[in-house]
Amino acid sequence: MPESSPPWAALAAAPAFRQLQARKSRFLWSLLGFSVVFYFLLPTGAAWFGEWFVIKVVGPVNAGLLFALSQFLVAWGVAWWYARRASEFDRIAGELASTLEVDRQHPEQEQSS
Amino acid sequence: MSGGRILAAGLALALLAPAASAQTVGEEWRSLTFSVFALIIALTMYVTWRAASKVRTSADFYAAGSGVSGLQNGWAIAGDYLSAASFLGIAGLISLYGYDGFMYSVGWLVAYVTVLLVIAEPCRNIGKYTMGDILAFRNNPRVVRAAMALSTITVATFYLTAQMVGGGVLVKTLIGLDYEVSVIAVGVLMLSYVLFGGMVATTYVQIIKAILLVLASLVMVCLVWSQYGFAGPHYFEQVVGNPGVQARVASLLGEAGSTLGPLELGQRFLEPGLYLKSPIDQISLGMALVLGTAGMPHILMRFFTVPTAQAARTSVIWAMAIIGGFYVLTLFLGTGAAMMVGPERIMAADKGGNMAAPLLAQYLGGGPDALLGNLMLSFVAAVAFATIVAVVAGLVLAAASAMSHDIWVGVIKGDQATDAEETRAARICSLIVGAVAITIGILAQGQNVAHLVALAFAVAASANLPVILLTLYWRRCNTAGCIAGLVVGAASAVGLLLVSPNMSYPLQQRAVQEEIIATQTARMTSLEQDSTLTIEARVQALAAAGAATAQARAELDRLGTATTSLVGLAAPWFPLRNPGLVSIPLGFLAVFLGSLLYRDPRAEAKWQELHVRANTGIGRSAASAH
Repeated sequence: MPESSPPWAALAAAPAFRQLQARKSRFLWSLLGFSVVFYFLLPTGAAWFGEWFVIKVVGPVNAGLLFALSQFLVAWGVAWWYARRASEFDRIAGELASTLEVDRQHPEQEQSS
Repeated sequence: MSGGRILAAGLALALLAPAASAQTVGEEWRSLTFSVFALIIALTMYVTWRAASKVRTSADFYAAGSGVSGLQNGWAIAGDYLSAASFLGIAGLISLYGYDGFMYSVGWLVAYVTVLLVIAEPCRNIGKYTMGDILAFRNNPRVVRAAMALSTITVATFYLTAQMVGGGVLVKTLIGLDYEVSVIAVGVLMLSYVLFGGMVATTYVQIIKAILLVLASLVMVCLVWSQYGFAGPHYFEQVVGNPGVQARVASLLGEAGSTLGPLELGQRFLEPGLYLKSPIDQISLGMALVLGTAGMPHILMRFFTVPTAQAARTSVIWAMAIIGGFYVLTLFLGTGAAMMVGPERIMAADKGGNMAAPLLAQYLGGGPDALLGNLMLSFVAAVAFATIVAVVAGLVLAAASAMSHDIWVGVIKGDQATDAEETRAARICSLIVGAVAITIGILAQGQNVAHLVALAFAVAASANLPVILLTLYWRRCNTAGCIAGLVVGAASAVGLLLVSPNMSYPLQQRAVQEEIIATQTARMTSLEQDSTLTIEARVQALAAAGAATAQARAELDRLGTATTSLVGLAAPWFPLRNPGLVSIPLGFLAVFLGSLLYRDPRAEAKWQELHVRANTGIGRSAASAH
């Protein structure tokens, strides 16, 4: 198989890649930011807003216990949401890879952008 | 292959023990305990024997030929991560401190959000076997490989030491094996997995261990629920109403709790503040966990064992489901142990609460005199032992890969080594790391190593994570930045720890012990004059005070005449137990400054290629078939 190096600069400048990149980073970093902030609400809340944690909700089960449990649900929810969105990123990346294959088979059609 | 011989060696090691004295397990149940241990060890040995024939190339040895599926890798990550510290430690914390123990477990799961979103997939697309591969992609390969390998070995050594010492103590407490014998047993077993089966065997051992761990916990939690009702308000009503729990809270609160009624004391067990008293320290630890897990070499290495970035993603999601589910179960293991075994008995077996889960298993099976009780205790003990061996195997493999792949092949041989040479080097390095781990484990007997786990995470978060993250995501990042980040991050984390309250300060410790002697002496005087108590109660209280005084005096003798800590301080200079809050920003800052002050044309020229590869997986060689 003739293994020439893919045109990385052209790929990096391709509109499809730039679009993928922009969507992906916006989604990933905001989701990460949200997760980190939500997590640090737990230790900071327990330390400085302890009076909210001790409020009983159902029987002896208090808001703090439910909040700690919600951390697990939120972490799983983030994973689930990312898995859903990621299939869209996979699709765009796959298309990009296949255009590369086409370019390799028909080098005369290759356009530099 | 000499599978039969490994098996025989493993069994011999397991049977070496009956000479030692029994602890948690009664003398008459020792043969049962050793049969259960031998069975689980034999299972892992069989897997290693099967795996040994599959390890032919260096890719097999380092990364199981990238032929592990996402689901398998998810279990293996969980196996790597659920060390004895989280299995026994967190259940123990919950049984002794209630809510705070549960809150502590949350950060360990949230850490995987970072791994999932920004680390796993690009690392899979860029790296091959080690963290050094990722940095070498766009930086000066020799320089960054050497630095990253050193950092990897540092982190692995801290973590290894904690695991070896913790493991030795655990096995001694559980079944009475001598400390040295158990450290050597852990080391030899781990080496047989790594040497013969490389990553293939290590992966399967992790999977087996994780499944056994989850299964054991699930059975125990179901038994707890069968007695107290399913996890609902009714369950927690019984926690709150439990006299043992109430007594525990009363003793933790001391004077402050004297005005509370029994139910209020019980309720306090479900509220924060019994264990974690310093919020800033907790935030610092949280940062080290959330960023450090993504910089742990033995965790990152697992992403090279799967064929694609998609499989890497699937494996993190499975790992999150397993690890999170496990921690939720731990809440019921901990509260169950608090109700059934009682904090007092748990503390008597181990002050840190590590025996909570094993003692709960014994209780659930019918107690210390029942066959089933001891069978269950043996099973949990054997799983805990397998846990230590498996985690140590993962760490040794990570350190050995850094030594052979990055230092020997990358730096010394300049990437000019045949595959057979590299595989042999990897095995030799594993042997070296394993021997060092056993030696350190024996030398560090009796040392307080709990802070070494926190230190491993702090170094990973302050040195490894900033350079990996910025190499992957920042155009201007380069060799100088990576070196600066690794040096500053690791040095500040270790340096701050050396001047932190984790070290022992003899003057302060002496003051604490002298205060105990003073209060106990005063108590004895007042007891002697107290006529409201019965004679028996008075004798008991006097004996307790006497014992506390004697213990404090013994502690004073042990402290000797030393007045300063290891680095010559009379009192801690840095107030936090975890250095992350300061050392992580310093690590990032160093990468930024180093990269901006120095120009590296290669790092910039390779940026576009890295950027496209990391995001699309284009150019990543397909996995070898297995």
